[in-house]
Amino acid sequence: MEDVERGEDVERVADTDRLVIAGEELGSRLIMGTGGAPSMQVLREALTASGTELTTVAMRRVDPSARGSVLDVLTGCGIRVLPNTAGCFTAGEAVLTAKLAREALGTNWVKLEVIADEHTLLPDPIELVEAAEQLVDDGFVVLPYTNDDPVLARRLEQIGCAAVMPLGSPIGSGLGIRNPHNIELIVERAGVPVILDAGLGTASDAALAMELGCDAVLLATAVTRAQSPARMAAAMRHAVEAGRLARLAGRIPKRHYAQASSPFEGLATSG
Amino acid sequence: MLTPVSELTYGEEPLLRLGLASRERYGAFAAELAELTGLETGYRTNGIIEVAFDSDDLRHLDDLRRFQESLGIPTEALNGRECRRLEPMLAPGVRGGLLAPEDGSVDPRRLTPALLAAGERLGVRLVRSRVSAVLVENDVATGVRLDDGAEIRADRTLLAAGPWCGDIGGLPDGVVPEVRPVKGQVLRLRTRAPFIQRSTRGIVKGSSIYLVPRADGEIVVGATQEEMGFDTRVTAGGLWELLRDARELLPGVTELDFAEVSAGLRPGSPDNAPVMGPTALPGLYVGTGHFRNGILLTPVSADILAEVLVDGTVPEVGRPFTPERFQTRSGA
Repeated sequence: MEDVERGEDVERVADTDRLVIAGEELGSRLIMGTGGAPSMQVLREALTASGTELTTVAMRRVDPSARGSVLDVLTGCGIRVLPNTAGCFTAGEAVLTAKLAREALGTNWVKLEVIADEHTLLPDPIELVEAAEQLVDDGFVVLPYTNDDPVLARRLEQIGCAAVMPLGSPIGSGLGIRNPHNIELIVERAGVPVILDAGLGTASDAALAMELGCDAVLLATAVTRAQSPARMAAAMRHAVEAGRLARLAGRIPKRHYAQASSPFEGLATSG
Repeated sequence: MLTPVSELTYGEEPLLRLGLASRERYGAFAAELAELTGLETGYRTNGIIEVAFDSDDLRHLDDLRRFQESLGIPTEALNGRECRRLEPMLAPGVRGGLLAPEDGSVDPRRLTPALLAAGERLGVRLVRSRVSAVLVENDVATGVRLDDGAEIRADRTLLAAGPWCGDIGGLPDGVVPEVRPVKGQVLRLRTRAPFIQRSTRGIVKGSSIYLVPRADGEIVVGATQEEMGFDTRVTAGGLWELLRDARELLPGVTELDFAEVSAGLRPGSPDNAPVMGPTALPGLYVGTGHFRNGILLTPVSADILAEVLVDGTVPEVGRPFTPERFQTRSGA
């Protein structure tokens, strides 16, 4: 009886444990990107399998008025669009792109990306802070894609960003989380949601991000360029849920030596 | 380029088979056109080389090779030295490549006039006007209305308006599958000295580029792939991407003469494959959605659509590509 009730509680945690960004609730902690999908149909299947409620789109790579575009796919799936400023190298470009997105899509949310160079696609921290300040002042809900630098993450929060999105490793690399310690430091000190963004390669990477205490993960390539994007999307959905539950459950401390799960003391012995 | 092999993508195996079926027909198709019209199509069958610029690119190419082999497609793996023996102008750092020995190329700017000439020779009446609407009477398509209001009646109407299919009037909702424009920018250069012998594709730091040599010294460098609606502007960024990757792959490319830049629209269906066959509206047929493979798929599409229109049956090779596949899906 008690076990049954506990089981019900666990399910309720999964249902009620909502991600809240800038006062808005999201039912899924998996945020998707669309880049790299081989076709619109594959993208639709993958997004559906991921269970995502929020998906980011590069505003420099779409025409919002075009028929049959990525935006149509998202609308058809009932997924909220998070415009991003991918492809911008300066604060000026990023701010302009965000404003055009706000006008075209009627949302003041933006995933802010300011890239230092096209070979590493790492964020340029100085331009990023500059752009974030301007956009926050202009009333945007800013979700900045940032390095895994705890100091920079805190600065972005102080500026007024609605979340921080540290990278696990370079965009599209599939190298996973290269500096889990920094991610933990960012999580410990953050007062806004931390969204692990970029570098995830497979499901265990997403689970690890959640176990480290991230509030959500954002990924694209790991799914869109997988051999079967829909399967990988489903795997990511389960991994994010598993990692989140593990984080809430509280893991055991690590030990040097074994500790039997059933006690040896008091066992019946034979003659 | 006639390259079903290097266009292979996970999940698109049926499209590969259609491409192979079309490539097989190309020799006879080009010969028939030449015989009928006296026009050459620039058909070449000297293989296509696809090379990897750095180690990351090579991992991607290795994955593609394993996938090709799993489907029984013969390709030849090459190391960097072997690539450069075939194409000495390739950059010294090229890491490796694949040779698809049976792939080749044809010149679309020669093929299209040859097809039009062949049609006229065989008695096809060409009406050079825009179609504004499909005529529908009692739920049957009965022909088309032109921009100037004139009507052309027909028992069977084939809609082949590429990405503009959705703009044709008179069509009931859902009869024509969604086909969107996918922009591509292409650069044309000209060489007086030998440059490359065969069509050369490259993956350069994760982005794709191809260079196709024509017999008259023209070299086509393509192509961007952009989701920009009906926009056909040539952009600085598009050309820069093409030249950046082409120069990494073949440093001598900057010595060639500039000839032309252009931007066109590919008709992209939701699953990237063509849509060919009868629609839910009796009397109306479609042939569109050929996306990146329109020229490659020309002979097989002609065979499929001829059988559909003349005999009323879809041949085996065309069955995976009928419009029904989208209707089933949206109804499910």
